Amino acid sequence: MKMNLSHFEAAFLFALFTSVVLGVVTRNTDRDRLHYGIYTFVCFMVALFGLGWLMYLGHG
Amino acid sequence: MTAKEKEQKRPLPPLATWAPAVVLGWLIPGGGHFLLKRPGRGILLLLAIASMFVCGLMMRGYMFQPQTGDLLTTLINTGGFVGDLCGGLLYLLTVAFGYGQVDTPGHVHDYGTKFLVTAGLLNLLAMVDAFEIAAGRKN
Repeated sequence: MKMNLSHFEAAFLFALFTSVVLGVVTRNTDRDRLHYGIYTFVCFMVALFGLGWLMYLGHG
Repeated sequence: MTAKEKEQKRPLPPLATWAPAVVLGWLIPGGGHFLLKRPGRGILLLLAIASMFVCGLMMRGYMFQPQTGDLLTTLINTGGFVGDLCGGLLYLLTVAFGYGQVDTPGHVHDYGTKFLVTAGLLNLLAMVDAFEIAAGRKN
């Protein structure tokens, strides 16, 4: 079985899995863990769209 | 003495208190947390890390082998191998059953390689977390 993903799908999955683990291992309370996981995921998404647009505009 | 210095001089707890959790955490992602009676966090770690590893395999990611040569080759291949190895049982089973792929060009394979290494590195973070819980440094 082979998985064929677009750049966006692969980066989305990467961000999702990484955010879950970073959220779980980084903070001390469940509430803080949830907040940090969401914060990390949002940072990944902002970087993904930001860099995507930067490359699109830079390409001309 | 500052709090930071006190933190640095805290002695390492006895091996028997943290080694089982760390070793189980290496073999099975989240296993250390299960052993330390943190099943909720253990399940999240298991699902996230195992899913990432399986996605990497399904994208036909490359499993690094340690290589020597110039500095960059050594760094990338040995670093990648250590990252893969941190996947524990997932890595060992993949190698044992011959699911490791050759390095192939293409963005999907490239993402797959990164997924495999990152899954191992995230498992390393989970092992450190299990160590800190077992050592009583974290809840």
